[in-house]
Amino acid sequence: MPKITFIEHDGTQHIVDAEVGKSVMQAAMDNLVPGIDADCGGECSCATCHVMVNSDWVAKAGGPNEAEDSMLDLNPERASNSRLSCQMTVSDDLDGLIVDLPEFQF
Amino acid sequence: MSEAPTLNMADFDPKDLAIEDIDVSQRSLWIEDKKMAFFDRLRDEAPVHYCKDSEYGPYWSVTRFKDIMEIDGNWQDFSSEPAITILEPEEDFPLPMFIAMDPPVHDEQRKTVQGSVAPANLKLMEKTIRERTQKVLDGLPVGEQFDWVDRVSIELTTQMLATLFDFPFEDRRKLTRWSDVATGDEESGIVESEEARQAELYECLEYFMGLWQERADKDEGTDLVSMLAHGEATKNMSPQEFLGNLILLIVGGNDTTRNSMTGGVWALNQNPGEYAKLRNNPGVIPNMVSEIIRWQTPLSHMRRIANRDYELNGQTIKAGDKVIMWYLSGNRDERSIDRPDEFIIDRDRARQHLSFGFGVHRCMGNRLAEMQLRILWEEVQKRFHMVEVIGEPKLVPSNFVHGYTEMQVVLHPH
Repeated sequence: MPKITFIEHDGTQHIVDAEVGKSVMQAAMDNLVPGIDADCGGECSCATCHVMVNSDWVAKAGGPNEAEDSMLDLNPERASNSRLSCQMTVSDDLDGLIVDLPEFQF
Repeated sequence: MSEAPTLNMADFDPKDLAIEDIDVSQRSLWIEDKKMAFFDRLRDEAPVHYCKDSEYGPYWSVTRFKDIMEIDGNWQDFSSEPAITILEPEEDFPLPMFIAMDPPVHDEQRKTVQGSVAPANLKLMEKTIRERTQKVLDGLPVGEQFDWVDRVSIELTTQMLATLFDFPFEDRRKLTRWSDVATGDEESGIVESEEARQAELYECLEYFMGLWQERADKDEGTDLVSMLAHGEATKNMSPQEFLGNLILLIVGGNDTTRNSMTGGVWALNQNPGEYAKLRNNPGVIPNMVSEIIRWQTPLSHMRRIANRDYELNGQTIKAGDKVIMWYLSGNRDERSIDRPDEFIIDRDRARQHLSFGFGVHRCMGNRLAEMQLRILWEEVQKRFHMVEVIGEPKLVPSNFVHGYTEMQVVLHPH
């Protein structure tokens, strides 16, 4: 299974095995990674699964879709590499993906 | 309007009515607290239900969790304009506000102010909120009856609002009054007439115009009035639009958290086993806060207008139809929430509730509300064995604001 590394705001790393076809958000939830709330359960409707994609992975992970973009836009702490992890699908191409978690979800 | 006399819903068991005759918006159901059985029936038998005639004209009721999420997340097909409650806006007194606008104007205006309640800013406010909460709680009488709504819920939320607006602290109860007036009407007993309501809201506008002028003349500050006066998307608003947005921020920060502050005490009193869990494990408070917000659902509904014909759960909503998303019902939907009628402070996935809405209009102040409630309960638990409710609380007579006008309590120390 592809591996994904979540890095908390304080630097704590969580390396998890992620199931292909599921969302990156789900991989975090399944492995009890703290710092992702996912209040809407993965419907791109709350923006509480915000992550920042490591610069080495931005090209492979791609940018936000239209609906995701409008939700991300509501966060004043949005960065150029921000994504909603419920909109990122785990694939073999993303084996090794690294994402940073924000200090707070909003 | 139909010729037939209107059935008074509160006189009926919902099972005895033809499904098409059900009108969950009727005030009597909310005054007498009989609405839940009606929502139970709609969720089971007609989750997308058309009411052909009501005090507010025809409207659709959407009552299941997943259907509500589908509509709330789809601003392209369901417009928030010109208003977000079932009540039609007064034609001669429009109150434009960003919650009742669609993108892109909504986004521009919201972005101007949302930083004030973003988590980074909240961290700076936490100490002040805790000190104020301690002061309010320490000033309460122990062992004698008083009104929790007035002394705690209104006081704390009003102090918070005054801080966010940098509003003269001694005048802060004016904010409480304007919030009540904005959502009240003649039948609720809050104002004598629509004219009187508008006159009071103009007083609100006049007061804030003074603050606006004062803040516009200075550099941009961190309070909401200053942010509006300096923001590119908001600095040229008309007075009516300024008033609309003020009311949005006042009601949004006031009626909602206030009623969750009261509702939590009421829920714990009705569930002594949960109160015992809380005493044994204060660490459950953040999870309990989400459960309180679900259980209370301080705003019962939001409304949309369909932009096009739309199929939902077997029904066709026509372009132009009014659609009411009953958050209160969705938060009791057993298809999405386990044992939804029970108040369970350590429930799994407690954050997955509808009370803040979903999509681009999701509650801007949700993190602030959670923080205020968390601090309140942390400080209450340090001081009191029990906040005992005496009798039953009095309900706000509204199908929009789901809350309390009064709740008598007695405090029992540890």
